[in-house]
Amino acid sequence: MLEAVLKPGGDGATALYIVAFSLFIIGIKQGTHPTTAKRGNLIAAAGMAVAVVTTLLLDGMGNWGLIVLGLGIGTAVGVIASIRVQMTEMPQMVALYNGVGGGAVALIAWSEIRHGISIGEDFSLDTLIPIIFAGVIGSVSFWGSNIAFAKLQDLIPTRPIAAPGQQAINAVLLIAIVTICVILAVDHESPSQGLFILLLVLAAILGNLVVLPIGGADMPVVISLLNAFTGLSAAAAGFALDNVALIVAGTLVGSSGTILTLEMATAMNRSVANILFSGFGGAPSGGGGGTGEEKPHVSIGAQDAAIKLAYADSVVIVPGYGLAVAQAQHAIKEVADELEKRGVTVNYAIHPVAGRMPGHMNVLLAEADVAYENLKEMEEINPEMPRTDVAVVVGANDVTNPAAKNDPDSPIAGMPIIEVSEAQEVIVIKRSLSPGFAGIDNDLFYEPNTSMLFADAKAAAAEIAAEIGNL
Amino acid sequence: MSLMTEITIFVLAVFVGFEVISKVPTTLHTPLMSQTNAIHGIVMLGGLIVVGFANDGLEYVIGTIAIAFGTINIVGGFMVTDRMLGMFSRKPKPKAEPDGKGGA
Repeated sequence: MLEAVLKPGGDGATALYIVAFSLFIIGIKQGTHPTTAKRGNLIAAAGMAVAVVTTLLLDGMGNWGLIVLGLGIGTAVGVIASIRVQMTEMPQMVALYNGVGGGAVALIAWSEIRHGISIGEDFSLDTLIPIIFAGVIGSVSFWGSNIAFAKLQDLIPTRPIAAPGQQAINAVLLIAIVTICVILAVDHESPSQGLFILLLVLAAILGNLVVLPIGGADMPVVISLLNAFTGLSAAAAGFALDNVALIVAGTLVGSSGTILTLEMATAMNRSVANILFSGFGGAPSGGGGGTGEEKPHVSIGAQDAAIKLAYADSVVIVPGYGLAVAQAQHAIKEVADELEKRGVTVNYAIHPVAGRMPGHMNVLLAEADVAYENLKEMEEINPEMPRTDVAVVVGANDVTNPAAKNDPDSPIAGMPIIEVSEAQEVIVIKRSLSPGFAGIDNDLFYEPNTSMLFADAKAAAAEIAAEIGNL
Repeated sequence: MSLMTEITIFVLAVFVGFEVISKVPTTLHTPLMSQTNAIHGIVMLGGLIVVGFANDGLEYVIGTIAIAFGTINIVGGFMVTDRMLGMFSRKPKPKAEPDGKGGA
């Protein structure tokens, strides 16, 4: 097979690892600008290729059959999954990739412990502490990400699931984990493998229990946080293996992921701690359970909606996750095209957390060829709202709920919203009056200038586009 | 490498991560998250080292699974990011074009 030329930890290998992580830094940097992002991704991928090849050339590498097997399976699964995934399913795909990354870290940590014990190594704390850290965080990340995936893929209910006394159970688990960590560290010269496996199992249970009670709306923040965690655990694995590429790359992801997490939480006006430990889900404020259906609302059909839109001067489309689920981005684009042909100004108002991740909605609309300059951010479009004739809300809910501004007791109080109720008229395309991810009623639906169009977003948009064409 | 050297590298990398990423348009958050997600797939190197130097049956199994997991993370992560960014790089079409595209 390949000629082994590099000493582990030697100058040659380290120099190549430095090349690799420099490419990661350049790649991330370029990933922050729209014009260079695609190239940045390729540069980071090239860095990864350098790092992998360097490692394969290390002196003493063996078991090539297994290495080829692992690389082959991983490449096949990764390629097929990436080609087949829909743009709407991106968030759960990222969750899944993040999960396997965390799983890999946990397995490597386990293997390091096992290997060390089998060759009778005296573990120093310098080695053992990073291994323990990598094992625990990797295991939490693996299971937490899988739950996030299952929730976004609707394999399990997206609403918060919590047992009574959940916080107490989590606290006990956490204490147990810390205790085992301490026992392992105290006895670091001959750590028990059984205890380490127990540690991985407890961390797995904790990962499940922490993510299960979190509602679907908060999932992007959770995925982002777990992404940062996996990065840190990879850095810990780097400490254990004395591998500079792992330390730098893992740490970069840890710190960048932390920033992204904070930005998302800020956009939702919630603290990360609040998301992790409270879960929406509680009793809806005021009104109680099923009274929503009885409140008066105006319902219209596609034809009326088409007329309202066709004779407007300016229209703002507010897309939400419902648009993504219904795959309605192309149909909505057709409505916009028809309107623009008639001289109507059409803009899109993008809430920072529209879709299920920041920027997710932009990706979906770009897929439907919507021009970049028509996408307006919330701060930009809100002052325009009073001058807007018709605001069309497609599959968005909580991000338009005026309760965030008007009702200090609402669970989403203070969350920035797109102020559609300021527009002259509002058309909401939605299947029913049911609440959004936050699980709370939307007062917007019952305002006098709001018309509800009850239909599947894609079908309704196609119908409206056809009706406008016929006018 | 001594522990303190490693900690120095770690701390500097934390600051580089903060500096490099702090001003990102919302549009690019999802692709960037996906790209950084792919980068932590570098743990796959750990799997290679574990398997490359392994000497018992269970270690072979654990390490091979770790390699497969890490490779999924890397290959899938970069490819998916590339697909997402490909959506943006399409040239803006001329506004005057009469008939839009058909199928939705």
